[in-house]
Amino acid sequence: MIELIMYLTIFMLAIFVGYEIIHKIPPTLHTPLMSGTNAISGIVIVGAIIAASTDNQVVSTYLGYIAIIFASANVVGGYLVTRRMLAMFRKKDKK
Amino acid sequence: MSASILALSYLISATLFIIGLKKLTSPKTANAGNSLSALGMLIAIIATLYQQNVVDLPGILISIVIGSAIGLFFAIKVKMTQMPELVAILNSFGGIASALIAIATSITIWSHSSEFNLVIYVASFFGILIGLVTFSGSVLAFLKLHNYHFSKSITYPLQKYLNIILLLVIISSFFVYIYYPEFFITYISLITILSLLLGINLVLPIGGADMPVVIALMNSYSGLAAAATGFILGNSVLIIAGSLVGASGLILTQIMCRAMNRNFIQILFGSMEVDTTEQENIADIYKDNIISSSADEIAMILSAAKNVIMVPGYGMATAQAQHVCADLAVDLKEMGCDVKYAIHPVAGRMPGHMNVLLAEADVPYTDMYAMDEINHEFSQTDVVIVIGANDVVNPVARETSNSPIAGMPILNVDKAKTVVIIKRSLSPGFAGIPNPLFVNDNSIMLFDDAKKAIINIIKAIREG
Repeated sequence: MIELIMYLTIFMLAIFVGYEIIHKIPPTLHTPLMSGTNAISGIVIVGAIIAASTDNQVVSTYLGYIAIIFASANVVGGYLVTRRMLAMFRKKDKK
Repeated sequence: MSASILALSYLISATLFIIGLKKLTSPKTANAGNSLSALGMLIAIIATLYQQNVVDLPGILISIVIGSAIGLFFAIKVKMTQMPELVAILNSFGGIASALIAIATSITIWSHSSEFNLVIYVASFFGILIGLVTFSGSVLAFLKLHNYHFSKSITYPLQKYLNIILLLVIISSFFVYIYYPEFFITYISLITILSLLLGINLVLPIGGADMPVVIALMNSYSGLAAAATGFILGNSVLIIAGSLVGASGLILTQIMCRAMNRNFIQILFGSMEVDTTEQENIADIYKDNIISSSADEIAMILSAAKNVIMVPGYGMATAQAQHVCADLAVDLKEMGCDVKYAIHPVAGRMPGHMNVLLAEADVPYTDMYAMDEINHEFSQTDVVIVIGANDVVNPVARETSNSPIAGMPILNVDKAKTVVIIKRSLSPGFAGIPNPLFVNDNSIMLFDDAKKAIINIIKAIREG
C-alpha cells in the first residue's frame, strides 16, 4: 500500500511539473512538442524489455518483443522527426 | 547495489526528459532539449538492458533494431504536410506497446498464480484499456487523415450511448474478474476486443477539422497508458515520463478546445450539429455578391500595400503552397512591405501544423504570430491574404449566437482594408456554414488552387 502511495505521489508531481513547463511552450513549437512527447512515451521500451525478460512464459516473452518493436519505432521515429523539424526552425535563427 | 544504480539511472533519465521539455520553450534551445531527452532515453534503455536479468539479449536487440528501422524509415520519409499522420501513427505505437506490456504482465502473474495484488490488477486494467483505445483510435485517426474519403464524421443513432455501454461492460468485467480470477482468458479477450471497439467508436464521429483535438487527446492517452505500465512494473521512470506526456497532451487538448469554443465532452460525444436548412441558403447568400478577381489585380493591390498579413489554413497544406507563400512574402518584403503570418490555433490538422510547414519554407518563426498576438493589428493592415482557411476567419462566430461556431475565437481579418481570399470554391469549411466574409465589400475572392494562385500573383508582381 505504501508503495502505491509513493507511486501516486510521483505521478501527481510529474503531472504538475509537466503542466507548468508545457504550458510555457509557444504555439509555434506545438508540433515538435507532440512528436517529442511521442518519443518520450517510447519509454515503455523499458517496460517491454522487462516484460520480455522476466518470465519463461513464451506468450509473455513474445508480446514483450512485439512491444519492444513498437516502442523503439516510437523512440527513434519521434526523436529523429523532432530533430528534423527543429532544424528547420533553427536554420532561420542564424540568418 | 545494482538496484540502486538502476534507480539512479532512471532518475537521471527522468531529469533529462524534464530539462529537455523545458528547453522546448524557445526555438533557440529546442534542438538541444531534444538531444538531452534522447540521451535520457538512451541511459534508461542501456541501464535496463545492463541491470535486468535479460534472458535473451539477441532477441531483444533484434527487436530494437527492427523497431528502430521502422522509426527511421518514417522519420526520413515523412513530408512536413504529413506530420499529423505521423504523430497519429506514433501515438498508436505507444498505445499498443503499453497494452501489450500490460497483457504480458497479466499473463505472467496469472500463470504463476501469484498472490492477489490489487495495484497490479487495476494498473493492468487501465494499461490495457487506455493503451488499446489509443491504438485503435489513433489508427482510425490516421486513416481519416490519410484518406480524404474517410475524413468525414460518421455518426449513427445512439452512438454516444454505445460508448457508455462499452465502458460500463469493460468496467464490470473487471469486477467480475476480481471475484472470479479463473475466467482470466475470457476477461483479457473481452476487454481487449471491447477496448479496441471503444477507440474506434470514439473517433468515428470526429470530422476532419476536429482532428487536432483527437490527436492531442490520443497523445495524452499514450502517455497515461505508459504511466499505467509504470504502476504495474513499479517503475518510476515510466510513471514520470508517462505523466509528462499525459500532461502535455492534456494541455494541447485544452488549447484546441478553447480555440474552437467547444468543450471536450462535446467533441468526444458526437460531432458538430449542422443545420441543413441553413446550408440550402448558401447559394442565395453568395449570389451576385461575390467579387471575384484575377491574379493581376491582386498583384496590383499588393504592390501598393505597406503591410500584409497572411492567414494560412488547411488549404495551404493540401496544395503544398507553403513554399510559394514564403516566396511571395520575400518579394513583398523586398518591395518594402511588412509581412506577417497570423496562425489560428486550430488551423491545419494538428497543433502547430502551419508553423512547421512555414518553417519548412524558410519563414522565420519571428514572423509567425499567434491569434492573440496579432488580432488587434488587422484594423491597421492594408491587405490580408487568406490562403485556404475558412471557418477560422468567419465573422459569424463573433456575431450570431445560434451558429455552430458561435463564440469560437476567430482571426478578425474582416477589419483589414482589403481581404484577399484564395479558395478553390465557395464550398463551406468543416462547420458546413456559409461565410459572410466572402461577400463583404472589402473582400476579393480568387478561385484557384492555392499554389497556382500564388504562383500567378508572384509572376504578375515580378512582371508589373
